[in-house]
Amino acid sequence: MEKRIEIANDLTIRFAGDSGDGMQITGNLFSNNAGIIGTDVNTFPDYPSEIRPPVGTLYGVSAYQVHFGSKKMNTMGDKIDVLFAMNAASLKVNIPNLRDGAIIVANADGFGQKNLTLAKYESNPLEDGSLSKYTVHGIGVSDIMKEAVKDLNLTVNQVERTKNFFALGVAYWLFNQPMDYSIKWLNKKFGKKIEIYESNVRALKAGYEYAKNSPEFTFHYSIPNAKPEPGFYRNITGNEAAALGLVAAAKKANLPLYLGSYPITPATEILHHLSGYKQYGVKILQAEDEIAGIASAIGASFAGNLACTTTSGPGLSLKVEAMGLAVMMELPLVVVDVQRAGPSTGMPTKPEQSDLLMAMYGRHGEAPMPIIAAKSANDCFYACYEASQVALKYMTPVIVLTDGYLAQGTEPWRVPSMEELPEFDFKYADNPETFHPYSRDENTLARPWAIPGMKGFEHQIGGLEKENITGLVTQEPYNHQLMCGLRADKVARVVNEVPDAVIEGEQSGDLLIIGWGSSYGAIKNTFDKLVANGEKLSFVHLRWLNPFPANLGEILSKFKRIFIPEMNLGQLSTLIKSNYLRDVITYSKLHGKPFTAIEIETELVKLLNKE
Amino acid sequence: MTMIDNSNINKIPTVELTAKDFKTPIDVRWCAGCGDYSVLAQLQKLMPTLGIPREKFCVVSGIGCSSRFPYYMNTYGFHTLHGRALPVASGIKIANPDLSVWVITGDGDAMAIGGNHFIHAIRRNMDLKILMLNNQIYSMTKGQYSPTSQVGAKTKSSPFGVIDYPFNPVALALGSGATFVARTTYSNPKHLAYVMKRAAEHKGIAYIEIYSNCVIFTDGVFDKWTDKHYMDENAVFIEDGKPLVFGKNKEKGILIDNFAPTEVELNDENKDKLIIHNEKNLALAQMISSMSYDNDLPRPFGVFLDVNKPAYDELVNKQIEDTVATLGEGDVEKLMRGIDSWEIK
Repeated sequence: MEKRIEIANDLTIRFAGDSGDGMQITGNLFSNNAGIIGTDVNTFPDYPSEIRPPVGTLYGVSAYQVHFGSKKMNTMGDKIDVLFAMNAASLKVNIPNLRDGAIIVANADGFGQKNLTLAKYESNPLEDGSLSKYTVHGIGVSDIMKEAVKDLNLTVNQVERTKNFFALGVAYWLFNQPMDYSIKWLNKKFGKKIEIYESNVRALKAGYEYAKNSPEFTFHYSIPNAKPEPGFYRNITGNEAAALGLVAAAKKANLPLYLGSYPITPATEILHHLSGYKQYGVKILQAEDEIAGIASAIGASFAGNLACTTTSGPGLSLKVEAMGLAVMMELPLVVVDVQRAGPSTGMPTKPEQSDLLMAMYGRHGEAPMPIIAAKSANDCFYACYEASQVALKYMTPVIVLTDGYLAQGTEPWRVPSMEELPEFDFKYADNPETFHPYSRDENTLARPWAIPGMKGFEHQIGGLEKENITGLVTQEPYNHQLMCGLRADKVARVVNEVPDAVIEGEQSGDLLIIGWGSSYGAIKNTFDKLVANGEKLSFVHLRWLNPFPANLGEILSKFKRIFIPEMNLGQLSTLIKSNYLRDVITYSKLHGKPFTAIEIETELVKLLNKE
Repeated sequence: MTMIDNSNINKIPTVELTAKDFKTPIDVRWCAGCGDYSVLAQLQKLMPTLGIPREKFCVVSGIGCSSRFPYYMNTYGFHTLHGRALPVASGIKIANPDLSVWVITGDGDAMAIGGNHFIHAIRRNMDLKILMLNNQIYSMTKGQYSPTSQVGAKTKSSPFGVIDYPFNPVALALGSGATFVARTTYSNPKHLAYVMKRAAEHKGIAYIEIYSNCVIFTDGVFDKWTDKHYMDENAVFIEDGKPLVFGKNKEKGILIDNFAPTEVELNDENKDKLIIHNEKNLALAQMISSMSYDNDLPRPFGVFLDVNKPAYDELVNKQIEDTVATLGEGDVEKLMRGIDSWEIK
């Protein structure tokens, strides 16, 4: 039967099911596949914070959203075009996110009486007409799969567990994608368990064939290639990218990497990844608490390693005193804060951008630290890499801000070669005769790094204020002011590493959008769309937040209005106002969810109409 | 993995070092008569005898009077945060297992604000030497009771007497899994020197509780065990393989009666039944450590336990070496590409 082909430039789809239904693997395989065939991808895994919540319940729903298409996919997508729902609960929680006319592919076996009750449905939505706004395909996957694997001697449970691959097969047909990559993956994963491998391959093919042959599927999509630049690609989460950024930095700097860390959502995967990198010489202390994590990293830095600590909000609060010590000791240290909704325990699995002012000011005394914020999942790699460069070159602790959205979401990353990564530039103390622990490089103001084991450089330093140059303990009044000034000046000089901000769109005029961190994607999408519609608009995205790019003040002066969307009550806005004495329009979102492009567009359109 | 190559700057000829080489030119600022002086002198004497180059010593401290120690030791020194000397020292040791890392702390620093780090550094058997200078008081903040102050002690923050019970630091260290635990006192330099040397020779965590009299706030608080007029009756010096005897004429001893240590006047009948100390026996060490805390027995001094197990810093680096030996040194570029990469041409 000949089926229609519909061209789409971008689609948002979501695999949703019970926590045990394999939705994360399914979404992951689909997004890898979409990347391999040359479309761009942005994903968002969305799962409950409970590890094994009760089966079939609304709060036990696990989902994986994939936004893919023929241009740069900057966000996880707004409304869902196609939902794969493995049971009643996963349909119910996702209905509010569906666009009108969306396609629902449902596993009809997940809509039995028990599932309906757990999902709090009074009647079966697949049958009662309540989904008339959508195109619904209810498929009895169990019966199809029982037939497909009847010669394989599998338990009922094992047959049941193939349903996610059936859904994936349907997806591959519906989006016109090849299956061989996933079959290869299954072979690698289950090759030795031949029946499991075989049953999943059959499920994949059965899904594909079902959609291909069913008269109810009247068309399938075709998505043009995004024409990515040549190179090696992979999908990567922000947390894995951060881990790799640190490893690559240590390799390039020719230093061992040390991580002192304590498990905390949503930063823990950085610890997981780095713990697996023994072969790369990574030294780890999973510490007894957040404080010990950073304190041990400061010790490792004193002893000559590239040291880092990874955490999220509550952990950052605990590390504050030790960060001040690192400022005082002027030791290189990378502090990665994967921001989550606060205050206190807040919403641990939900992203927010509310630690900026804490990163900026949250230490007693005058204790400035450079801050860089990653703008996308793969930018977590570069943010950690650059933070390491600055930490070593300027002998200073540096904060990297990411968030739960970047940490868990994936996007394709063109993997750089080691060769194309920039070199490191830092100095050890080199002459015991003239060595002073607090003498300074005249350009960077960095003090010399003299590490235990280096003969002739023995010195004794700590958190007490010290005399300029000699490092001897002193409370001399003018010296303290001098030292506070030097430490601040040193961080200010990091501006020499910060590229000038680039204005996209109009170079001067009425309305400038300033973004930072993970809201890049949503802003960029909206910006591109409005500019394509002929709106006069400008956009600057900031990665370094302390110091700001040298030309930021000049840029601000070229615009009448400044619009800052951020997932907090206006923290970047506060910094811009206080640094540049400019009023700004803050668009604040504190939902525990990233901005959607539609939300930003709505706000912008209001502003543009009000001109 | 690369270590720093500083061979070109190691131009200073190696000479025999003496205690003088471990002194810094700055004035020591403890009160006259402070017990900490005694510990400083013994450490400066000990270090040059250990056959370790001076640049490989690292002295790390927290906050408090005793934590000023690193400034007085001409080695690498790091005066850290209140309570955090142990995690900082752990990071140093893991980063460079070649170093001899000494942690100087006090009863407030190690037992209160740093209590969590104390039990965990010990549990991991981190190869650190901990000298805890116990003066039963927060002296730097001018006299508040600490976790080792005695019940009833009147201090600035307990004018009506302390009502919380003190830690028995030796028992806490043993309970945390320490591989070397000792108690000594500032007032007995010979014993202090002996115990510190034993700690230096121990591979793994070595914890020494050192009584250090504070002349300002708790003067005399240890006299019962340290003053020559009283100590014979109240202190028992334990030695490996030897019976627990004490008293002016060694006329008293400790034996086990009904599973509890019990004091006896020595006679022909009981003199062969005394506890023979065994530094390898944890249960015995724990029983001896309870003496004078949960009963009226004399307070024990000496090495309670000295056993061996691999240290954390050794294990963490061995895991790396083993993995590199079996899998080869990791290729970071390959790691970055991961197992699921694809090429676009």
